[in-house]
Amino acid sequence: MLNYAFRRMLSTIPVLWIAVTACFFILRLAPGGPFDGERPLPEAVKQNLNAHYNLDKPLIEQYFIYVGNLFKGDLGPSFINQDFTVAEQLMVGLPYTLIVGGVAFLLSIVVGIAAGIVGTLYRNRLPDYALGVLVLAGLVLPNFLVAPILQLFFGLKLEWLPVGGWGGGAVSHIVLPVTVLALPHVARISRLTRGAMIEVMHSNFIRTARSKGLSNASIVWRHALKPTLTPVVSYLGPAASYLLTGSLVVETIFGLPGIGRYFINAALNRDYGMVLGTVIFYMLLIVILNLIVDIVYAWLDPRVRAR
Amino acid sequence: MKLKLVHSLICAAALTLASAAASAVTLHMHNGADPASLDPHKISGDWENRIAGDIFEGLTTENSAAEPIPGQAADWTISDDGLVYTFNLRDGIKWSDGEPVTAGDFVFAFQRLMNPATAAKYAYLQYPIKNAEAINSGDIEDLNALGVKAIDDQTLEITLERPTPYFLGALTHYTAYPVPTHVVEANESEWIKIGTIVTNGPYTPTDWVPGSHVTTEKNEHYYAADELKIDSVKFYVLEDESAALKRYRAGEFDILTEFPTDQFEWMEENLPGQAQVAPFAGLYYYVINNQKPPFDNPDVRKALSMSINREVIGPQILGTGEIPAYSWVPPGMAGYKEPYTVAWKDLPYGEKVAEAKSLLSKAGFSADNPLKLQLRYNTNENHKRIAVAISSMWKPLGVEVELYNTETKVHYEELNRGILEVARAGWLADYNDPDNFLNLLKSSVKYNYGRYSNPDYDALIDKANAITDVDERAAVLLEAEKLAMDESAGIPIYYYLSRNVVSPRVKGFENNAFDIHRTRWLELVEE
Repeated sequence: MLNYAFRRMLSTIPVLWIAVTACFFILRLAPGGPFDGERPLPEAVKQNLNAHYNLDKPLIEQYFIYVGNLFKGDLGPSFINQDFTVAEQLMVGLPYTLIVGGVAFLLSIVVGIAAGIVGTLYRNRLPDYALGVLVLAGLVLPNFLVAPILQLFFGLKLEWLPVGGWGGGAVSHIVLPVTVLALPHVARISRLTRGAMIEVMHSNFIRTARSKGLSNASIVWRHALKPTLTPVVSYLGPAASYLLTGSLVVETIFGLPGIGRYFINAALNRDYGMVLGTVIFYMLLIVILNLIVDIVYAWLDPRVRAR
Repeated sequence: MKLKLVHSLICAAALTLASAAASAVTLHMHNGADPASLDPHKISGDWENRIAGDIFEGLTTENSAAEPIPGQAADWTISDDGLVYTFNLRDGIKWSDGEPVTAGDFVFAFQRLMNPATAAKYAYLQYPIKNAEAINSGDIEDLNALGVKAIDDQTLEITLERPTPYFLGALTHYTAYPVPTHVVEANESEWIKIGTIVTNGPYTPTDWVPGSHVTTEKNEHYYAADELKIDSVKFYVLEDESAALKRYRAGEFDILTEFPTDQFEWMEENLPGQAQVAPFAGLYYYVINNQKPPFDNPDVRKALSMSINREVIGPQILGTGEIPAYSWVPPGMAGYKEPYTVAWKDLPYGEKVAEAKSLLSKAGFSADNPLKLQLRYNTNENHKRIAVAISSMWKPLGVEVELYNTETKVHYEELNRGILEVARAGWLADYNDPDNFLNLLKSSVKYNYGRYSNPDYDALIDKANAITDVDERAAVLLEAEKLAMDESAGIPIYYYLSRNVVSPRVKGFENNAFDIHRTRWLELVEE
């Protein structure tokens, strides 16, 4: 297993290299540079800035400087947020993203699976239909709509929760952003669970369990849950990478620090270093998460282990 | 017994803490984007200025109306030729670590600003200082050649290239703030980190979480620290204006520095008197390519300018009542009584359209040979609404408009390269002088995107800049403005408004043409 994990990690290096290289050059193809803006800078100042960030050197030389620094673990400076390097910004934002994304992730799993089980047990009855409607809402309502509605309702009308801000990490401050983030995943996980469980409940070993006279609860918990989770787990990889890379919309609307805004803002600002830094960071995160998913998968499904 | 004592001690401590916390007055300020830096030499946005201007102070500073008043300098003298300014620093001014602020700190800061290695974006604002431009562009390598000298620890002498009537105003700008020599030299680029940074303004930063907030606390070493009524300011990063308004309504913010324009009417009804809209020294305009046929024909430019119904843009399209612009310089610039307004300003709109039509047909355009143009704007809901409205105003003239939008970076990069027919642009004054706006049409200036080029105009601006008498200079500048406006060098559309929402708890907030409101002048009262 360890050997497998190690090989998987190793195989990402060429992928990473290709991504960095492609990203580096494609970024430069985009018109406009980090120092273009509403206020054009005098030529002398622009040259000073370009020299400061090595942007006056031939592109290929810049590339080698960047890759060279990368080997030393240096993601370089950010052209826009000048008081923090790219690595520092990622480190500052990461804990917030991990907390909000992590809680949303756990919430999605627990609520999603629970809703899926309820949906199966009460199949085609009222609870199932009610959940179906909620799931549909979770899937089709975009977060930029759900977030302001929740803010208006819970923040301004009922005054139960703060409208935004981090508030030192107080639970009340993360309830709304976590809910907004988790909603579509709760919906999807509950659908996946329901679908898989209905199938499992019809399989022979469940019928055997039933014929032995086991209670419904014991059938679900002891026998049906584990095989049900296989499709859910394969969804968890992408879900985790989605949640843990942060969300531009949620961070912007709730005014939370986090890394979700970095990629898009950096791309719009032509903050080359920051874009590359986030690409590398996201790639590593996704690779690691996928690896974890594969390992969990093997644990859940003996057929995968045997292969 | 012992336990009881400990218990009462804890209670007492808790009480003291609680009362201290209750008496500390914190202003919660919505501040828009994330600041790029706290270093006054590395910033360029108004959201950065709000913080920098609270934590640093130049020789002069802004009063509540954003007019220059003595700051770190107690007083000054100006030589008769207007070239040499001698500043006497206040007695006993200190950095937030208790070290004295000296004339040497100002020399160090100005040299650092102009040093090409600093790569200060806004260095050019202080180009009136002798040799500043030459040093910043690398023509002179000796930083000591800069016209800023310390006579002694408390006396600073600044020599200018040419008389600059707005210089005292320019010194309120963050590019003119001192930096702590002792801290910058010891820590280099790390000097700006929280915990290391020391400042000389009323407040000093104590916390910064990118993407969330910057917190500043009263600087006890500030000379007017006793007069400060607010102990701490929290500047929140939040670019979503609707979300900001909701947080304001929930009482999480005391001041909003921007609001969604489509909510203005709602606010007028539901939060009366809180949404503050005031003229702002800025011009929203359309650049028109003066070099490219047919736009090199002044008649074509005039026809396009005349046929815009400016009166409906502010009240109806934007909804906040922006003031229609018929001059290049917004009204109210220091020393410039009334800007020159175009002669056709007061014609009924129907007559304007009729004249525009005849101008276009004179230029050879007709229904069979319509004028076609591309109108560029940077992606933004308001820019789009205005562009759509204006193209429909041009339609009756038979003008066929292609709307073309790009993101801001691309927009300005292409404008810089002169790729445009008609394009949206805006300019906010950096200092209180008409020169700010008139420079936009000078042929040698890079941000003259429309490449308007008239030697007479350039000569007038140069002539004005050599005149020290304020009224005489204004008369020459007015002549230049008239020349450019009569030739329709560009299309002014409206003067910007500042948009703030101010809680009734905040006292001392005064609307001004620069939208600068230093916390020093504000007060928070209990309702």
